[in-house]
This record gives sequence, C-alpha cells and structure tokens, in this order.
Amino acid sequence: MSMSVQKALSQEELGPKFKVGGKFTKRQARANFMNGLFKNYFLLSILMLCFVLAMVIFFIGRTAILTFKEVSIAEFFFSLNWTPEEGYFGAALFIINTLFLTALTLIIAVPISVGMAILIAEIAPKWMRNFIRPVLDLLVGIPSIVYGYLGLTILLPILREASGEGLGDGILAAALVLTIMILPTISRISDDAITAVPTKYREAAYALGSTRLQVIFKVVLPAASRGIIASIILGMTRAIGETMAVVMVIGNTAQLAKSLFSPASVLTSNIVMQISNVEFDSTWNHALHMMAFLLLIISFILILFIRYLGRKGGNEA
Amino acid sequence: MNSFARTQKNARALFMDRFATGCFYGLGALILLFIAWLLVTILSKGLFDITPEFLIKLPEEIAAGGGIGPMLFNSFYILILSLLISVPIGLGAGIYMAEYAPKNKFTEMLRICVESLSSVPSIVFGMLGLAIFAEYFGVGLTILGGAVSLAFLNLPMLARVTEEAVRAVPNDLRNAAYALGTTKYQTIKTIVIPVAMEAIITGICLVAGRAFGESAVIILTAGLSTSGEMWDFNLFSPGETLAVHLWYVQSEAIVEDARQIADKSAAVLVFVVLLINFVFRVPLWFNKRNVRK
Repeated sequence: MSMSVQKALSQEELGPKFKVGGKFTKRQARANFMNGLFKNYFLLSILMLCFVLAMVIFFIGRTAILTFKEVSIAEFFFSLNWTPEEGYFGAALFIINTLFLTALTLIIAVPISVGMAILIAEIAPKWMRNFIRPVLDLLVGIPSIVYGYLGLTILLPILREASGEGLGDGILAAALVLTIMILPTISRISDDAITAVPTKYREAAYALGSTRLQVIFKVVLPAASRGIIASIILGMTRAIGETMAVVMVIGNTAQLAKSLFSPASVLTSNIVMQISNVEFDSTWNHALHMMAFLLLIISFILILFIRYLGRKGGNEA
Repeated sequence: MNSFARTQKNARALFMDRFATGCFYGLGALILLFIAWLLVTILSKGLFDITPEFLIKLPEEIAAGGGIGPMLFNSFYILILSLLISVPIGLGAGIYMAEYAPKNKFTEMLRICVESLSSVPSIVFGMLGLAIFAEYFGVGLTILGGAVSLAFLNLPMLARVTEEAVRAVPNDLRNAAYALGTTKYQTIKTIVIPVAMEAIITGICLVAGRAFGESAVIILTAGLSTSGEMWDFNLFSPGETLAVHLWYVQSEAIVEDARQIADKSAAVLVFVVLLINFVFRVPLWFNKRNVRK
C-alpha cells in the first residue's frame, strides 16, 4: 500500500518523461476509465427509471386518448351508465366509488394507524417498540392476494351474518381489507415523523405542567403534522391503486355503491376484470386505459402534494 | 374557589392521561393479537396439510388432488428474472442519486420521476406490459413479459432503498478513501457499497418478498395458465405464478378441492415471503456480530 503511494508521488514529480513502472500509469488510466464508465452507468440507470415512467405515460396515454374519439368527455366523466356491450362508457360511477372507498378506508384506518404510531413513538417502553416495529413490517410482506382471499373466506361470512343482507361483499368489506393493508404504511411513516420531533419541545411542555396526553395532542402531533399527513397520503395512494385484494371482496358490479353492502366496482377492479376479455382496438379497451390514466394522474397529484408539504416544512425549519 | 377549580381540572387532566394511555395500550394489544391471529390462520389452515407431492405435482383441471408445481416454479423463475433485470439498474440509480446527483433542477426532476414511478399502481404496470409485449411485440402472455413488467414495478423501490443505504454511510469513510488517492468509483466499490451492503440486502429482500406475492401485474402480463410442464425454462411460455393461481383457483377453477388448494397456496405464499425476509438476513446477523467483536 505505502509502496504505491510512494510511486504515485514520484511519477507526478518526475513528469511524463520518466516512466516509473509503466504498469502503474496503465493501472491509473484504467482506474480513471472505470471511474468515468461507472459514472455514466449510474447516470444511465437513473435515466432508465425516467424512461420507464415516460413509457408508462406514453403507452397508457396513447391508448387512453383514443377514448374521446367515440365517447364524449362529458359522458366519460359524468355519466353513470357503464354498459360497454351497448356502447355506454360512463366511468363516473367507478370514480365516485373509488373516492368513496378511499374515504371510508381512511376514516377507519387513520385513527387506528396514528394511534399505533403514537403508542410506538411516545408511550411504549423501548423493548415493546423494538417488538412492534418488525411485526408491523410483517404485515407489509403479506401479498395483497392473500388479504383478498382472507377477506373473501373469513370477513365476508362475518359481514353477511352481521348485516343480514346479500353476500356481505361491497364497499365496507373492501374498506376493512384495505385498512389492514395501509395500516403499516401510515403507522411506520407517522412513527418516524413523531420520533423526529425534537425532545426539547416535549420537555418545554412538561415543564409547564402538562400531562403526557396533553404533550402528545398539543405539542407533538401538531409538530409532526406534516409527516403524518404525508403518511396518510401515501396510504391513500396505496388504497387507490390496490387491485387484487379489492377485486375479491367488492362484488364487481358496475353500479354506484348505494349502501355499504351493495356490490360495486372501483377503477382498479373494473380494469382487471375486463381488460383480458376485450379487443385491443375497441373503444371498451380505450376506455379502460383512460381509467388507468386517471389512476396515474391521481397518484401523481398526490405525490406532488407530498413534495409540496415537504418543501413547505423545509422552509419553515 | 379558585384553587378548588384548579385541582378539579388537574384531576381531570390526570385521569384523562391515564385513561388515554390505557386506550393506546389496548389498541396496540388488539392490533398485535389481530396480526398474530392473521398469521396463525393463514399458516395453520394450509401449512400442515402440505405434502412434497403437492409442491411439485401438476395441477388438475377436474379431479381433486392437483398440485401447484409449475406455478411455484414460475413464481421463483419470474422473481429471479425480474431481480436480474431490476437490481443492477435500481442499485445504479440509487447510487447516482446518493453519490453523484448535484443539487440542481435536473436532480429535482429525477427525484420527481422516481417518486412518481413509485406511486404508479401495480395494475398500470400490468397494462404497460400488456401494451409492450402483447400488442407491440405480439408475443402474447409470457414469462418474459411478466418478469420485465415486475422489474419495472421493483425499480423505484430498489432505487429508494439503495439511496437511503448509501446516504447512511458516514462521510469520514469516504474522505479517508479519497485521502488514499482512490477515484470516486473505487471509493464507492471498495468502501461505500460494502458498508451499505446490509441495508441494501435487506431492501432487496423486501422488494423480492413483495414481487413474489404480486399478482395484478402477472395476471395481465404472464396470464392465467402454465405450459403444463414442470421445469419449463422457456421464456415465451405462459407463466402463471402461485399468487395468480390463488386467484384462479378461488374464482374460476371447478375442481372439488379448490378451497383446500387455495388455503395451501396462501400458506405457501406467506411462508415463502416470510422466508425471503428472514433467511437472507441471517448471514447479516452473523456478520454484524463479527464486526462488533
């Protein structure tokens, strides 16, 4: 090691006229070449990612836009009539159902998930914290299709019993399954946000005589609110894009969800149920692509919103 | 009067504090019990009935007693192919974002791309694969299409875990390497990546676990059927995976033991995912112990 350093120095001092061990300069040249090569490789990799994103937008968008050749924009976005066999392509009902399902999921999931985050970050002793975090990560690992299957075989009979109507499938069943799926996402990111709140804030509040509950709700949660909102939005993107778990419990009927137990259909479930059965050049297929494009746009908007939250937080700090 | 009001308020605050603490613990206990129940239900319903034949036998269309051999094989085959494609690119992208990316508009744009890509719903990747492989190249539903689409899905997550892992490497180590006269690439290869390896492998395991259970992408790109042979390495044969088979069995199959097959498939799926998450980390634990000594 020290040998080579010595050589490097002397080579520099002597200049190119004296070749001290031509082997070394070759090695150096190779190191420089590799350096440049891999820099370009790393740059190329990240550009590949951008290329994939461009492909997603291009391939889906290109087919999606064809929808409006045959279907008016107003019909697609505002009509509730989805009977592709007869040429009616009103996607409004899927959009409304998706929003309804997401809202219901968040109403159930947010209190539970944020409660878990508070428990982990503020209340639980250290050993318990170290136990709960990996267990929540386990939940992330379970495949969505398994959640759907459990919902179908265990949750639906319970709901059927409880509601006494129909098969028990519908928005509520889907929302309950989604709740379990997004619980770890929201909990873990909120947990990080709460843990990141500086200890001095808490100490200041305790010094004023607050109880722990008051510290949590009046100091810690407001201070961590941006991170918590970001976690909720991330959970939301997961809920909106989830397909297989939803498709197994929602009933797959193209109608507006009038009650919590009426079989319905959302954007993702409708796409996966119908796309393999349609002709590639049919309006039906185009309309399905338009629905996927909508999903894309919704997720992009949510991601940009998270960035906006993050930037605002950065400026204030 | 005044002091009386204050103590009452205090008492109420203290009571609320204890009450809420109890509630939070109750919630935590409920969730943990629920998770335990979930895992026990999935695994106990299927895992004990599994025989080696079930894991390698061909599925039956009508008679009972079919196996999941080809699907299980396809699951691993597609998973490995997709990792072969996505790991080099994902790691490269993550390293670029952590080590090279300058602080400017271009980097900001790259970051938005990565985040947007990670928010794309999996079904959309399935449709992309369908558009590229079934429509553009006209090869239909194949193992290759499934693997490539799955690789697309993995990319942003791999890039993110790599970036985080590389960023966590202390700068002192890099500076020490530069002081010895190494180039940037040599520093990354010999110092940064070995230090970040543990976190990177953990990240790859998470991604692999997710990819193993992914079904929406595979349904659209690799199809609902297999070539009907075991050990079929042909990239262009249809590649139904285990996760997709679970869907197929419970929704379309007419065999009488569909319920048992579904239960067992679910158990195998969860078991393998847990295995991927744990087994690959075991060597790391030993490694860590050695470092500490």
